[in-house]
Amino acid sequence: MTSAVSFQKASRHFGSVRAVDAVDLEIAPGEFFAMLGPSGSGKTTCLRLIAGFEQLTSGSISIFGERAEGVPPYRRNVNTVFQDYALFPHLNVLDNVAYGLMVKGVGKAQRHKAAEEALSLVRLPGYGARRPGQLSGGQRQRVALARALVNQPKVLLLDEPLGALDLKLRENMQEELKSLQKALGITFVFVTHDQGEALSMADRVAVFNDGKIMQIGTPEDIYQRPKTRFVADFVGSSNVLPPDFVQRYSGQHRWGSLRPESIRVGRAASGATSGEGVSARLVSTNYLGATTKLALDADGLRLHAIVPAGTTLPAEGEAVVLTFNREHLHLMDEPA
Amino acid sequence: MTIAALNPNPVPAILPGSGGLRGALSDLFWRKPNVLLLLMLLPPVLWLGIVYIGSLFALLAQSFFSIDEFSGLINREFTLKTYGDLFQAANLDIILRTVTMAALVTLASAVIAFPIAYYAARYARGRWKALFYLGIMLPLWSSYLVKIYAWKLILAKEGILTWLLAKLHLLWVLDAWLSLPVVGGNSLSVSFTGTFIVFVYVWLPFMILPVQAALERVPGNLVEASSDLGASPGQTFRNVLFPLALPGIVAGSIFTFSLTLGDYIIPQIIGTSRLFIGQAVYSQQGTAGNIPLAAAFTVVPIVIMGFYLWGAKRMGAFDAL
Repeated sequence: MTSAVSFQKASRHFGSVRAVDAVDLEIAPGEFFAMLGPSGSGKTTCLRLIAGFEQLTSGSISIFGERAEGVPPYRRNVNTVFQDYALFPHLNVLDNVAYGLMVKGVGKAQRHKAAEEALSLVRLPGYGARRPGQLSGGQRQRVALARALVNQPKVLLLDEPLGALDLKLRENMQEELKSLQKALGITFVFVTHDQGEALSMADRVAVFNDGKIMQIGTPEDIYQRPKTRFVADFVGSSNVLPPDFVQRYSGQHRWGSLRPESIRVGRAASGATSGEGVSARLVSTNYLGATTKLALDADGLRLHAIVPAGTTLPAEGEAVVLTFNREHLHLMDEPA
Repeated sequence: MTIAALNPNPVPAILPGSGGLRGALSDLFWRKPNVLLLLMLLPPVLWLGIVYIGSLFALLAQSFFSIDEFSGLINREFTLKTYGDLFQAANLDIILRTVTMAALVTLASAVIAFPIAYYAARYARGRWKALFYLGIMLPLWSSYLVKIYAWKLILAKEGILTWLLAKLHLLWVLDAWLSLPVVGGNSLSVSFTGTFIVFVYVWLPFMILPVQAALERVPGNLVEASSDLGASPGQTFRNVLFPLALPGIVAGSIFTFSLTLGDYIIPQIIGTSRLFIGQAVYSQQGTAGNIPLAAAFTVVPIVIMGFYLWGAKRMGAFDAL
């Protein structure tokens, strides 16, 4: 099957800066694909390469089997939801949404009807006459989404679309985007630096760092089985364990990762009898609502544990014993 | 180390006033900002309101007086006779000529200014931007008269432009243009074409700067969004860039239009012997001694600009200022 988007050794260098460096990537049609990474990792440049705002320095990109090099953005059947929405301030909401149809020469009545339908799709019916300046951030975001979807793109690109929204709205929009994508069956490519967002929405996630893809996989793969220290640390701030430490528990001299929620914290006195805990000292506790995050010091190794709220905790500075199931200790591919 | 150790000299939460007249004034201005505003605005308001606007109205009032044609004395009684004189065919001709010239100069300035402003707003960075501002401002530093006389030499029959066109074997183009009615003449320096060129040159900075300011406020991602939605560069210009730059173009055109309406030096030095409004005012109040008619002529650009500004405001031109 033809990929929706395919990168072959795609590079975009700005002088000596390798924004995107020899990236290989296949995005399947109808997939909800997330590009996750810290700022400056090249994820947004990848998105702009698909949109056509940036041109490759080497390699190739094809969209549904067609080569995209040198094709200007206006000849790509790909639409973008911009980070700050980029709504046209001089047009009302309806004309903003109908813009793509207008430049394609669709008649006024017909494009306004399509725009109205797109607005109902994003649950903003009847907002057509307003100006973008009169809308809230969440509403503008929906208009931007409607403006892209009305063109029925082959691929929809979303550049940190939820970044400017407050937490509650962001969670609602996450669910909505996901159900919208399922209903429409359009390929979504979603750029974010928020690992929670990527894990909760995407079918597959690519983790970017320094212009390269560190790992591609399902959210579960990425979270449970990180291949490198970077992925383990960036996605869900896992505890990265050095090879010497890992050898004691698994017999293999490799880097390991252990999720903070896999660590059980017990008092030193009760844990000492079992004989197989890691003795540590509780440095600080951080109340997060549903959970509490503990910072621990195991002989100079900094570890984090997450325990459900309401657990009775030792006092800060007290000695504790950490236990975990062996199968939760994940060994990474990265050479020791 | 505790915070207290960093801060060995505890200070009171409320500092004492600095005392004296300055301290009292500072506190007063802080508590009542309007007092400061009034003190700052009073001198310019007095100047503008009484000396400037006042004398303008004194002049305009003269347009309702009339001149005694035999004695040449001014008859200080209210009459509309002077306005009747204003609407004679010869005077209407002057008004029409001036308004046409101002409109053409404005249009040409806008067309020339847009690409320059676009480059400056979108592409020029750092030292290129400084060079842009220098290039726009530099002509404003030298005397207006010197620039106009320089242009007279450039456009004269023996001037550098004729010489250059002769070298390029393009003199026939100039001759063909100069043989046209109305815009032509003996040489460029004594034709309306010459007047037009110099007007555009002199007022161009006043068009470039507001257009550049307007374009600078257009976020770059709007251009990207338009392109993303399928608009070709031409469609993006028509549907996004031009509408968003329009307030700047209108703001700039207020300068180019009103400055051309009122100017009396450029058409006197470069152009034909036919008058523009400014020259008519100059000759009526000077050699002819007909102050009422000069005043009536002055009213014309004010009324035209009034309508122009009203129209510009409806287009939202002042949102960009």
